[in-house]
Amino acid sequence: MIYSAIVLLPLLGALIAGLFGRLIGDRPSEVITTAFMLIAAGLSWFVFIETGFAHDATKAAIKVPLMRWITSGDLEAAWVLRIDTLTAVMLVVVTTVSSLVHLYSIGYMHEDDSRPRFFSYLSLFTFAMLMLVTSDNLLQMFFGWEGVGLASYLLIGFWYHKPSANAAAIKAFVVNRVGDFGFALGIFGVFFAFQTVSLDEIFRQAPDMAGKTMNFLGYDVDIMTTLALLLFMGAMGKSAQFLLHTWLPDAMEGPTPVSALIHAATMVTAGVFMVARLSPLFEQAPMALEFVVLIGAVTAFFAATVGLVQNDIKRVIAYSTCSQLGYMFVACGVGAYTVGIFHLFTHAFFKALLFLGAGSVIHAMHHEQDMRKMGGLRGKIPITWAMMLIGTLALTGVGIPHVGGFAGFHSKDAIVEAAYAAHTPGNYAFWLLIVAALMTSFYSWRLMFMTFYGTSRADHETYEHAHESPPVMLIPLYVLAAGAVLAGIVFAPSFIGHHLAEFWGTSVTPDKDIMHHMHEVPEWVFWAPFTAMVAGFGLAYLFYIAQPELPGKTARTFRPLYLFLLNKWYIDELYDFVFVRPANALGRLFWKGGDGAIIDGTIDGTAASVGWATGKIVRLQTGYVYHYAFAMLIGVALIVTWFAWPAGIVK
Amino acid sequence: METLAAFAPALPEIILAAGAMVFLMLGVFSADNARTGVFIGWLTVLLMAGVAIMIGTGGAERVELFDGAFVVDAFSRFCKVLILGAAAVSLMLSFGYFERERIMKFEIPVLALLSTVGMFMMVSANDLISLYLGLELMSLALYVLAAVHRDSLRSSESGLKYFVLGALSSGMLLYGASLIYGFTGTTSFTALASTLQAGEAAQNLGLIVGLVFLLVGLAFKISAVPFHMWTPDVYEGAPTPVTAFFAGAPKVAAMALLLRVLHDAFPGMLFQWQQIIVFLSVASMLLGSFAAIGQTSIKRLMAFSSIANVGFILIGLAAGTQYGVSSVLIYLAIYVVMTLGSFAVVLAMRRANEMDETIGSLAGLSQTNLPLAVAFAALLFSLAGIPPLAGFFAKFYVLDAAIKAGLTPLAIIGVLASVVGAFYYLRLVKIMFFDAPGEAFTQAEPAVRWVFTLSALLVTFYVVYPAFLLDAAGTAARALVP
Repeated sequence: MIYSAIVLLPLLGALIAGLFGRLIGDRPSEVITTAFMLIAAGLSWFVFIETGFAHDATKAAIKVPLMRWITSGDLEAAWVLRIDTLTAVMLVVVTTVSSLVHLYSIGYMHEDDSRPRFFSYLSLFTFAMLMLVTSDNLLQMFFGWEGVGLASYLLIGFWYHKPSANAAAIKAFVVNRVGDFGFALGIFGVFFAFQTVSLDEIFRQAPDMAGKTMNFLGYDVDIMTTLALLLFMGAMGKSAQFLLHTWLPDAMEGPTPVSALIHAATMVTAGVFMVARLSPLFEQAPMALEFVVLIGAVTAFFAATVGLVQNDIKRVIAYSTCSQLGYMFVACGVGAYTVGIFHLFTHAFFKALLFLGAGSVIHAMHHEQDMRKMGGLRGKIPITWAMMLIGTLALTGVGIPHVGGFAGFHSKDAIVEAAYAAHTPGNYAFWLLIVAALMTSFYSWRLMFMTFYGTSRADHETYEHAHESPPVMLIPLYVLAAGAVLAGIVFAPSFIGHHLAEFWGTSVTPDKDIMHHMHEVPEWVFWAPFTAMVAGFGLAYLFYIAQPELPGKTARTFRPLYLFLLNKWYIDELYDFVFVRPANALGRLFWKGGDGAIIDGTIDGTAASVGWATGKIVRLQTGYVYHYAFAMLIGVALIVTWFAWPAGIVK
Repeated sequence: METLAAFAPALPEIILAAGAMVFLMLGVFSADNARTGVFIGWLTVLLMAGVAIMIGTGGAERVELFDGAFVVDAFSRFCKVLILGAAAVSLMLSFGYFERERIMKFEIPVLALLSTVGMFMMVSANDLISLYLGLELMSLALYVLAAVHRDSLRSSESGLKYFVLGALSSGMLLYGASLIYGFTGTTSFTALASTLQAGEAAQNLGLIVGLVFLLVGLAFKISAVPFHMWTPDVYEGAPTPVTAFFAGAPKVAAMALLLRVLHDAFPGMLFQWQQIIVFLSVASMLLGSFAAIGQTSIKRLMAFSSIANVGFILIGLAAGTQYGVSSVLIYLAIYVVMTLGSFAVVLAMRRANEMDETIGSLAGLSQTNLPLAVAFAALLFSLAGIPPLAGFFAKFYVLDAAIKAGLTPLAIIGVLASVVGAFYYLRLVKIMFFDAPGEAFTQAEPAVRWVFTLSALLVTFYVVYPAFLLDAAGTAARALVP
């Protein structure tokens, strides 16, 4: 009952606001959806505590069947809610951030004309996300997966009158299709290999399947590696990993609360969740896991480099999200799934905080997003400043090793340690993450300094009118800030510490060696991320407070590198050249040549000849009786001839 | 000496014939005005309904009468009920029109009744003589009906044309019949069938020529190409309710007669007549579909539409199987509903007392008279064969029968012709719903409104309960082709 309520309340809210929003008005729509979300969030925390802290290492997942869905031959898929600790963690993340974003949006969107639609989409998204995380079979997961994709598309393009928003929405959809194509193939492959899409059954059979091969595209390939790679392809798309990341920065065209909910805290982490959820399957595919580490580490590094030079406040945070997702995948790839999920958990708080804080800044600056036109806002919006500061401290992972610190400190440092303990070739994962941590610190403080310190670069009027946001927007910030401060220190023992086994139960199967070794790495490894963080802060202080002319100089000196980063490694341009333009050219060829000339030509030609034939036939109808009689006799003659000819009578 | 009770199976025909006499007398001795006409008209409708109930509830076994010249079986029952329905509905449609045109004579229902008796004879004919009797009785009444609007040049012209060409076709039919008699020595269908069973006789070219001429006479009645030329002129020239009458009952009777002759008398010559029917079918479908595109008058368009539909019906006949027969019967039943509904719409195309039967006058009908536009659109979609409307199933069964009988090329031509046909039906829909509206039509009388509403509902909801028609047609087909 509780479980069903958590999942279905958002759907109910979405339906009410979506179908009857015009009828009941803007304010009731907001209140209903938000209230439903708050209830769901409260219930989720209850479930989380009940499930996660039951002190029972063997606890099995609770199954709540909703209804039958598809039964066709071997394929059986039902709507079932699967509640275990992993699900409970995700429930808490999703419903908490979602309810706070709902609340925040009441303030942020109050000037918008179509608020019921906005809240309906938000609730719809939440419903789909909850379906995803509670799925008991791959088909239901795919349903949720596509559902969040749809909601994301709708929300990115929420301001549909903006061409750039439409373009971004389409881009997000198309790039996700690439990933989803892999995911769908993975599901087909799983059904092909296991004859089922039920998670329990797959996990049971997975160990037997290791090392077996199947024929794929004419090659004999290792089943588990292939399946894991295909499934991971879906995760790469949804979680914006390197090569499939291009949609995420553009998705910032959507309203800022959307960015906070979907493109920072929840949907983009679906890939990480999926890998953790399917950990028994991935554990049987070591090669695939190595690929996961590689992609994760490269993404963490790549996104951080791009984040260094971006000027749009939301884009900086977007690249930061991309980078942090890379961290999570590294953790999953080395087998420390629980660490990855822990980072997902803490990241949701501080990244949502940063986004909502950024939203508050944007709100104050009348929808100005360029940091070059900000500065000196600390005195104007002190509460926002304080909240952003907490978010930054959490993101950069401020804390003293062995003592404790902000949320990000606990989770991110644990990932770095796990990466070290995994001994990747040349320890590349570890070093990439350390460099990324330095850059994270640099761009985060750069954002803080450019926005809140120094003298204002905004035009006078905007600066004078900058004002603090209303309480309805600030309260979510307080809650998230509390999470950003406390989530790490409170939950670390359960998630990744000594109570790990009884907390997670059977919901994820982390690699035991890694979980053990990551606590026994050399002492300097504990201090490495700390050092990187401090160095990043120092550099940022030097560049943007102590000697503000330095960034310009550096950019001029290393101009090619600067442009390379500013243009995001030219990946968008590359895709444009390799995929988009050829596809457009091909489309134009088919349109003008195939459709226009050949098909339309044929059809128009046929139609014209029909007209011609009609004209002839109509003229046969002269109205003269003797013509008619003549036609009848011709007919008789024809038919008689038809029979007489073969008989040899007519020659 | 047969007792009177032995004639019981022919009671429907006797009642109708006697009724015609009685109504004629009644009319002659009543005041000569429209009220008498309408009164006798409704009496006729009632009589037809009564007889239909009588046939519908009567026995289904095969009975031969009059030395085997007349046969009653499940097949004739099905066709007779359909004929009565079509005749009665088109009569009901006519009263308002004839009153407005000031030509409501009591002879009109009597003539319709007489032609119905002729149709009954055709459907039950089991001998070339009774076949001709029935055919002529029906035709003579129809010639007069076509020219009933004596003051209208077009009506007279169409009646005369129909008569001249009909006489020609009757001549050919008789010539064919006499050839057949000459080569086989019999006119009885049963005897013909057993004579031709021998095989050798069926190869006789003289007999084949006889069959050709016989078929030509019948093809004229169902207006199959190239014996269709009269159709557009008569459809256009005759008063609209008469056209509606022409389009329904006589088509059913002639088609039933064709089925009867070919399956009862010439099963041994299947190979020969199949070729003729295929030719007629292809020619009718193509010419009907193409010619309809070029029409501006809705009545002429319906004429070519009926030619194309006859082509489709002949597909089922060409199959030469039991399934083929039942598909023809289903098609006939659905076609009658669609065509009567369409003519009801045509009858509703009236502004004050002026009929406007051009296609252009339908422009923007959806804005001036939405129920009429929706009903007509449903009928047109059905005629175009769009699922799930009844017209789709009608076409589906005949095509299915043809494919099962190995006539795939014919089925393919049928599908292509239906694509061309869809164009002019859908063009009407487009004109009704998307063109700028003209002046609204005057409210039609209740009978007309009822007919187009009911027929639209029937074609729309046929899909819900098709079993009734399927079963009835199946039983009828089994009686004809064991």
